[in-house]
Amino acid sequence: MLASWSILVVALAYLCLLFAIAYYGDKRADAGRSIIGNPYIYALSMAVYCTSWTFYGSVGRAASGGMDFLPIYLGPTLTFVLWGFLLRKIIRICKAHRITSIADFISSRYGKSALLGGMVTLIAVLGITPYIALQLKAVSTSFNVLVQYPDVVMPPISSRVPVLKDTAFLVALLMAVFAILFGTRHIDASEHHEGMVAAIAFESIVKLVAFLAVGAYVTFGLYDGFGDLFATAARAPRISALFTSNDAGYGHWPTLILLSMAAIICLPRQFQVAVVENVNEDHLKKAVWLFPLYLLITNIFVLPIAIGGLLHFPDGSVDADTFVLTVPMAERMEGLALFAFIGGLSAATGMVIVAAIALSTMISNDLIMPVLLRLNWRGLAERGDLSGLLLSIRRGSIVMVLLLGYAYFRFIGESVALVTIGLVSFAAVAQFAPAMIGGMYWKGATRVGAILGLSLGFALWLYTLLLPLFARSGWLPIDFVEGGPFGIALLRPYALFGLDGMDNLSHAMFWSLAANIGGYVLGSILSRPGAIERIQGALFVDVSSHSGAFGGTSFWRGSAAVTDLKALLARFIGAREADRVLGDYARRRGLNPGHPREADAALVSFVERLLAGSIGAASARVMVASVAKGEVVGIEEVMEILDETSQVIEYSHRLEQKSQELENTTQELRDANERLKELDEMKDDFISTVSHELRTPLTSIRSFSEILSDNPDLDAAERDRFLAIIVKETERLTRLINEILELAKMEAGRMDWHMIDTDPRDVIDEALAATSSLLAGREISLTLDADQWLPHVHADRDRLMQVIVNLIANAVKFCDDSRGEVSVLAGQLGGRFYLGVLDNGPGVPPDDRQIIFEKFQESSEPLADRPRGTGLGLAISRQIVEHFGGRIWVEDAPGRGAAFCFTLPISRVAPVSAPGMKSHEAL
Amino acid sequence: MSRTVLVVEDEANIVDSLSFLMKQAGFEVLVARDGDTAIRMMQSRPADLILLDIMLPRRDGYEVCREIRSNPSWDSVRIVMLTARGHDFDRRKGMQLGADAYITKPFSTRDIVSCVQDLLGPETS
Repeated sequence: MLASWSILVVALAYLCLLFAIAYYGDKRADAGRSIIGNPYIYALSMAVYCTSWTFYGSVGRAASGGMDFLPIYLGPTLTFVLWGFLLRKIIRICKAHRITSIADFISSRYGKSALLGGMVTLIAVLGITPYIALQLKAVSTSFNVLVQYPDVVMPPISSRVPVLKDTAFLVALLMAVFAILFGTRHIDASEHHEGMVAAIAFESIVKLVAFLAVGAYVTFGLYDGFGDLFATAARAPRISALFTSNDAGYGHWPTLILLSMAAIICLPRQFQVAVVENVNEDHLKKAVWLFPLYLLITNIFVLPIAIGGLLHFPDGSVDADTFVLTVPMAERMEGLALFAFIGGLSAATGMVIVAAIALSTMISNDLIMPVLLRLNWRGLAERGDLSGLLLSIRRGSIVMVLLLGYAYFRFIGESVALVTIGLVSFAAVAQFAPAMIGGMYWKGATRVGAILGLSLGFALWLYTLLLPLFARSGWLPIDFVEGGPFGIALLRPYALFGLDGMDNLSHAMFWSLAANIGGYVLGSILSRPGAIERIQGALFVDVSSHSGAFGGTSFWRGSAAVTDLKALLARFIGAREADRVLGDYARRRGLNPGHPREADAALVSFVERLLAGSIGAASARVMVASVAKGEVVGIEEVMEILDETSQVIEYSHRLEQKSQELENTTQELRDANERLKELDEMKDDFISTVSHELRTPLTSIRSFSEILSDNPDLDAAERDRFLAIIVKETERLTRLINEILELAKMEAGRMDWHMIDTDPRDVIDEALAATSSLLAGREISLTLDADQWLPHVHADRDRLMQVIVNLIANAVKFCDDSRGEVSVLAGQLGGRFYLGVLDNGPGVPPDDRQIIFEKFQESSEPLADRPRGTGLGLAISRQIVEHFGGRIWVEDAPGRGAAFCFTLPISRVAPVSAPGMKSHEAL
Repeated sequence: MSRTVLVVEDEANIVDSLSFLMKQAGFEVLVARDGDTAIRMMQSRPADLILLDIMLPRRDGYEVCREIRSNPSWDSVRIVMLTARGHDFDRRKGMQLGADAYITKPFSTRDIVSCVQDLLGPETS
């Protein structure tokens, strides 16, 4: 005896295990160590396709329709094997656009239409409700059957028990709680529900193993393998008839295959696990054969169990939908029966949880939030944090979806077989297929077309499938099914417009899909898409090229008006330039520039490439795509693209700045390098010059020393003369070395300057005294002409004297030989101290007046027989004067000769000089 | 007839020593203190050998050398370059221009005398 409490305990324990798995999966995901990141888990999670409909219903179907259970699994297999590329494209689009549901997908494709999103959601909710009801029915029925163990008794119709005592109601509430726990932990619906996926994958294993266990028991436990089982069945005419004369025929197989092919893509829960929860596109490669393999294994024992059941309960008192459970029960296999129950529970909970999560996302995102935002409910648009509200809406939606399912189950579901309910759902979601698949491959599809197709398809589904089902359950007068509304036979739901002779499902599919596709295509052709629709359409259809290499060659099969292209170009490169390039293009291709009004593909591509140069390939493609279909882009898109463009411009501007800076730095480096090279050359020159200047006196010294040494018998006068030369040249050499060092010190800034307030008169007097010896033996007059009061200067006294002595010595050296005149003038000139030394020599040619102040540069006029200077005196004088803040120069003296002058800043103003009080002394 | 050496040098003391050395070696000595004068003197009275300083006023030693070598009638004239700048560059340039020898200052008196004697060869009468 299996007490109801013990079944409940086992069931609850199993659900807790599921939750533990989900919790662990989420924790691992949070830690970044996903447990679902492999194709096997991915394929297993897709097996959520196999619900209690599969678990119980397939056997039921096989028991009444033979192989009829099979097409539902052939469809998905075909889709996966043949249309893997379709799934891949959907996954890619969804990842690129952060799409979280099938409603989102369709709304996004057709210009982010809120209306479409809402429609899809409504259809999905209405379509899936029966499906959820089916799960509730399966769980409650199986529970009620199991509870009778070991008796096999069909449970009472649940509508006869109060709601609160109804097992199905309790199951619905329990599942709502679980769906909320699994599915609404995160706010972002595009985030993966890793824990849920892990739990679903686990459930897929449990239900498969449970089903295989029952199948194996029937085949190998009750019978002696497949051969024995089928042989036994062949002896029972009622059973063998199932497989030999299929009265329904195979005519509805294409319908079923087509339906399930669409369902595997369009069912919200399949979309959830295959697309939204996909973590890696590559997992699809293995899943395309792993998932069909799962379906294949699942179906191995469907027939054996069905046959076993039929053989076991030949009187038909036991519902074939319960064979998986009742056969083990009848054989008193308590554990196996319990396991089968858990397997069915797995199949049901998996479907309900994923479907509820998927639907709740759609309801909150595509139905409730858009409406709330439009109504600005409680100032919603201004509220910052909507996460709490969103979560509440999702949780509320889950509860609502399950209650809807329960309501459907209680009022309609009891009277209809599991498979029928499921097919009604399939037919509803199949309405999404045209808009969905068409939208991925046909750029010309429009929002209007999608809305029209969906509305028509849904309306016909409602009319030819759902309403008759309601009628058959007694909720609508059955008359309208049998005789047509108001007795109009042409409008009979099962034989619309006189189309008779098809099964109900095929009939409904024919009309609803025909209306759907017709409306979709016609609506698309007859309407003009908006800007966003065009852009979204291009992004969806060309998802591979957009997510991959943006710059890839594009083949524009469409055409565009030349004027539109020109206008587009003008917006980015200017009207004149646009005119010019298009004119060039036309001439190159030998076209009349004014003539063609329709641009061919080559011209469109040309314009795209041109634009890509200014605004980037991605933007260019979008811009051209908008024009290539003769449409002005909406202001929103233009802003978006302009924003992107300005970012690119900003970026390139920054790049430009950087390269400008780099260029400047390079230039500075180059300049510095030039300067270094110059300095290096100057240093080489200097060393070479110094070497020359030093070698010259050395040459004399050496050669006379050698002459003296080689000629001991020289006469005394000659010897003395030679010795005198050696002494003089030695002195010159010493002076030269001193001056070079001094100059080097000054130039390097290492000279010690003793700057003090100086009275120039004292310095001049001393300088005159020091140079008087130079005049000895020569006819030279040296005179001083100075103001009585000279202004003081801030200077190094000794250095100032050095300058004056230098200038006087120079003047003495160059002045006229016979009647030499050197005069020193001192006074104030333009607010500065002034000193000039004048001679009556040959003067300095204007060309030499600058260079004689350079090192080792003497006047190019040779002065025969004059003692040679070091060539450094004037250079040193200039260094000193400039250090004092003054200036030194040479000019023509009045009359004849040179005037070397310098001025210095005044440190203390002299007393006002009395007129005529000038000293004029002769030395 | 003794052979003539033209000393082209702007430093008076070096002229003195070279004159002394050349005269002592038995040559007749002419002196020019700059490049222009040297050319003029060669035109009026060609010397057999020129002791030519490079750093000269007006026209430097290189130019004088080039001028001498450009005139075929002076082919036999020997040229010894003197310089205080010891760079290889100067030596190469001098030799390229047709100098017969190149002596760096300060020179050894014996070297310069034997160099001149070698270039002019034994006296022929």
